Amino acid sequence: MLKKIELKTPILEEDARKLTVGDVVYVTGTLLTARDAAHTRIMQFLHEGRKLPMVFEGLPLYHCGPLIKKTDGEWTVLAAGPTTSMRMESFEDEVIRNLGVRLVIGKGGMGEKTSGAMKEHGAVYGAFTGGAAVLASRLVKRVKNVEWLDLGMAEAVWTFEVDKFGPLIVCMDSRGNNLFTKVRTEAEKNKPKIISSFKVQ
Amino acid sequence: MILEATVMDVAVNLLRQAVTSLPEDVKNALKTAYDKERSQIGKIQLRAIMENIEEAEKTNTPICQDTGLISFYLEAGSKFRNLEKIEGVLIKAVQKATNEIPLRPNAVNPFSQENPNDNTGNHVPYVHWKIVEGNSLKITAFPKGGGSENTCALQMMRPSDGLRGLKEFVVDCVIKAGGMPCPPTIIGVGMGGGANIAVELAKQALLKPLDEPNPNAEAAELERELYEVVNKTGIGPMGLGGDATTLAVKVEYAHRHPASYPVAVAFQCWAARKATAIIHANGKVEYLTHKPLKDAC
Repeated sequence: MLKKIELKTPILEEDARKLTVGDVVYVTGTLLTARDAAHTRIMQFLHEGRKLPMVFEGLPLYHCGPLIKKTDGEWTVLAAGPTTSMRMESFEDEVIRNLGVRLVIGKGGMGEKTSGAMKEHGAVYGAFTGGAAVLASRLVKRVKNVEWLDLGMAEAVWTFEVDKFGPLIVCMDSRGNNLFTKVRTEAEKNKPKIISSFKVQ
Repeated sequence: MILEATVMDVAVNLLRQAVTSLPEDVKNALKTAYDKERSQIGKIQLRAIMENIEEAEKTNTPICQDTGLISFYLEAGSKFRNLEKIEGVLIKAVQKATNEIPLRPNAVNPFSQENPNDNTGNHVPYVHWKIVEGNSLKITAFPKGGGSENTCALQMMRPSDGLRGLKEFVVDCVIKAGGMPCPPTIIGVGMGGGANIAVELAKQALLKPLDEPNPNAEAAELERELYEVVNKTGIGPMGLGGDATTLAVKVEYAHRHPASYPVAVAFQCWAARKATAIIHANGKVEYLTHKPLKDAC
């Protein structure tokens, strides 16, 4: 049986370190979205030593470009599934190191650099089902804040209040395990057998 | 003028149908994949997918926040009136749909990175024309997500690599893509022609009904074999490991140059959004993939 774990934000380093690949996590509290353009801007701020207008410490960073509607001055989240995390691979290690993110949420997994920072700082990667955007939006209770809306709706940094946001499958843990790498390595191993089974050689 | 208004309404309706509910063939394929899946994590993913589809349909909400880059595939009867005006109407329909449904603004200028926020721009929406006999217009709305688009690939193979090389390339693409195109995917394979023809055919293959075998026996056999081998890679739902890596493989081919053997592989995520309708000369509309919406004309 898979282990089910409920987390509340802010997530402590020791709690993040307890998580293992294959665990199923549900997170309650506050999370922030950030994808391509937001990461580029975060890096700019970090390099220029400027203070960010939002706090990531202990919170989940969600790779998501949501579809949001504004009616009567209120934001309503219509769809908020994950985007491909690998596009953020070149930035995420620095983001984890500098901003204290404990949980990165996205789809498709990330690489060595991110894995290294997770090991060092005690953070994990949780995969939310790609495309399950309506389910995700139902778990967002409220839009608390938005920054950098000039980047566009999808690229802005949204702060969501979430309730039991999941299921998130822990795919990268703080011991350097990576489920995506494991699955791909297995697939590579299967390949010769698959190729030799081709009917037309 | 009346016909143009109809095209406008139908195009908006098709986009709404496409982004909020999946055609039956895709839903059935997902159900089969769920029943066959042996991985626990894989089953969690497929269950979330099916719940999400149900919820989106019930609430008339886009299935995925990425409502795609928009294409229309048209089969236009040569006697359908005002054909020269259709593209302009489709652009307006996309702007209207973006605002009304709503759709996420996804068309970005590649130089300035500016987003006009209405899903239109240079060559977007992309409109593919096929002129046929008759006086009706068949429209397929095909909004396609970026995640699965990013794993599409073209290989100019050596002709001596032949079918074996093609199959190896498809398997390689699937493994390399991993969870990025949101598996279980639909895989379109375009073979032959020149580079552009192979890619276009791979894309068109994604629009074929999943439950109809290819009318060409060799292509049908190739589809069957590729479906089986891709589902033996173990990539599984969302790349988290499992049985369901693809829902269907669809093949289209063109004759090739003696020196070339282009092979294109197009991925479509499980949220395989497409919707088709026919507008008859008298203005009557027939929806082929989805039930007409209440507000449909």
